[in-house]
Amino acid sequence: MEVLEAVTDDRIDRRVDAIAESVARSRARRSVRRRVVIALLGVSVIVVFAITLMVGNTFYSPSEVVRVILGHEVDGATFTVGRLRLPRGVLAVAAGACFGFGGVTFQTMLRNPLASPDIIGITSGAGAAAAFAIVMLSLSETQVSIFAIAAGLGVALLVYTLSFKDGVAGTRLILIGIGIAAMLNSVTAYVLSQAAEWDLQQATRWLAGSLNGSTWSDTVPVLVAMTVLVPVLLIQARNLTMTQLGDDTAGALGVRVERTRIIAIVAAVGLIAFATAACGPIAFVAFLSGPIAARIVGTTGSLLIPSALVGALLVQVADLCGQFAFDTRYPVGVITGVLGAPYLIYLIVRTNRAGGSL
Amino acid sequence: MTPPQSRTHSLEVVDLQLGYGDREVIESLDLVIPPGRMTAIVGPNACGKSTLLRSMSRLLAPKRGQVLLDGEQVHRLPAKEVARTLGLLPQSPIAPEGITVADLVGRGRHPHQSIFSRWSKDDDIAVAAALQATETVDLADRPVDELSGGQRQRVWIAMSLAQQTDLLLLDEPTTFLDVSHQVEVLDLLTDLNRVRGTTVVMVLHDLNMAARYADHLIALSDGRLHAAGPPDQVLTVDMIRTVFGLESRVIVDPTSGQPLMLPMGRHHRNDSSTDRPADVASSERWAPSPSTRGEDDRRGH
Repeated sequence: MEVLEAVTDDRIDRRVDAIAESVARSRARRSVRRRVVIALLGVSVIVVFAITLMVGNTFYSPSEVVRVILGHEVDGATFTVGRLRLPRGVLAVAAGACFGFGGVTFQTMLRNPLASPDIIGITSGAGAAAAFAIVMLSLSETQVSIFAIAAGLGVALLVYTLSFKDGVAGTRLILIGIGIAAMLNSVTAYVLSQAAEWDLQQATRWLAGSLNGSTWSDTVPVLVAMTVLVPVLLIQARNLTMTQLGDDTAGALGVRVERTRIIAIVAAVGLIAFATAACGPIAFVAFLSGPIAARIVGTTGSLLIPSALVGALLVQVADLCGQFAFDTRYPVGVITGVLGAPYLIYLIVRTNRAGGSL
Repeated sequence: MTPPQSRTHSLEVVDLQLGYGDREVIESLDLVIPPGRMTAIVGPNACGKSTLLRSMSRLLAPKRGQVLLDGEQVHRLPAKEVARTLGLLPQSPIAPEGITVADLVGRGRHPHQSIFSRWSKDDDIAVAAALQATETVDLADRPVDELSGGQRQRVWIAMSLAQQTDLLLLDEPTTFLDVSHQVEVLDLLTDLNRVRGTTVVMVLHDLNMAARYADHLIALSDGRLHAAGPPDQVLTVDMIRTVFGLESRVIVDPTSGQPLMLPMGRHHRNDSSTDRPADVASSERWAPSPSTRGEDDRRGH
């Protein structure tokens, strides 16, 4: 065996097996923790999903909900659960997962929690394009999604190009991205102010993100995008994790860094854009999911799936809170915005204290 | 010491031209890296040392010429295949926040794994051997963020060892380390070379360390090869004057028999050099590293 041949020194040989065993043990311990956390997150998503289907102005029992899902006619429940709560609940999970995937992809790739697509303008680009396509051009769902994804990729390219100078520095990219995000948000505000049928529903959806009035025609494109793009992203998971070590280190370990980056950007922007076209740029979900996932699963292995689950859970819980926790119903983006802003401030304060740049 | 065990690989550079965009860094270079030996590349800042290492490890495609690994063009080989033969430790690798030592060292196994074959017993043994060789076993479960500079550098070398390549390139592995840690790292690389027969190529700023530890010294200047050969032929007063624009004396290092360079800045040139005896006391003085000299400084000469 090559490995054993390499270790010829007796002094080394004696202890190596024992060390290998202890290395294997702590690795197993960490991977068990990772699996347990992922399983718990998965179960939580399912439980909250079930709750969103049962709870509302009228309570429906689990058996009623199951019968509706299986396609049976249940008085009242078929409409309320089947037409209102089910598409909304599915979209919450799907969009949350998309934001979680997209956010952690960018954060990992650029090695900076601030480099999430909702901070650096990609979500704003997709949102502005979707608002424009719906309000001004009255396009169909599919066309809106295509419009949004094109704008998202366009913004990604623009931010990348503008921040390129002897390679891409994270700080420059983030600051340029924040500027572009601000510009695009005002585009969205302008589009909404020009809308013929200006209504609050539309406005909140495109400014903060909302699941109100979600239908299957909003939800299905997101699910289709996920079935294509999530596997593409997951195949890159290990390479993406390796790029955390720096481009040269990853490259020297056999990762084709540029290729990985392009595939990951296209897949992540695609997921973000489809989700944004369906429910608007739900504030800070992409930004929060990755760091929360990292905190609870540790840094062993890829953060893609944990982050997607955290994203789904965040959107679900925030939407439940928005609907039922207060006297007034708030759109989901308002709740996630309230959660995300303090974390953003914390990150900036922490980097300032450390004397580092963004 | 046991004789080298691993297969020797040849690494050479033929008529190589390298650059970024319009900027040319290496004009034309021909080099042969002696297999199974320790090679040190020296030269002033911005002379293309790191660029050369990046290109030799397939990270930067040549503008002209070739890098040949066992006679094959390295840029035409699959990335993972190269990474199983040739490892590179860049100057400033980045440790992900919160990663443990064992996990970081485990990342060195990447070229030996695929989407279908995950973690194996071999991987554990490779990680263990790397931890053992770098004396980082006790740190295995600690987060890398918490380690001192010297410990961290040993961990990075452990990661490169876990990659189990027969060729190992290191870009300034001793920079930012205090003298005892510098010696520790270079001793470790020497062990690796003697025990496993690993071909080591390192960029070093400290000429005396380079002369002491390397079998083969390569001096680069302005993107060209100035001299290559055994340290006593390469580390000369003339070379230091031409390549670094620095006056110096070179004496025999009483502890290693290799050349030892004593830099002479403006304030030390007035003494006639014959007054200064080449005794042990002066040779043991720590020579300041030329790395603090800026590029403009050098051009001024």
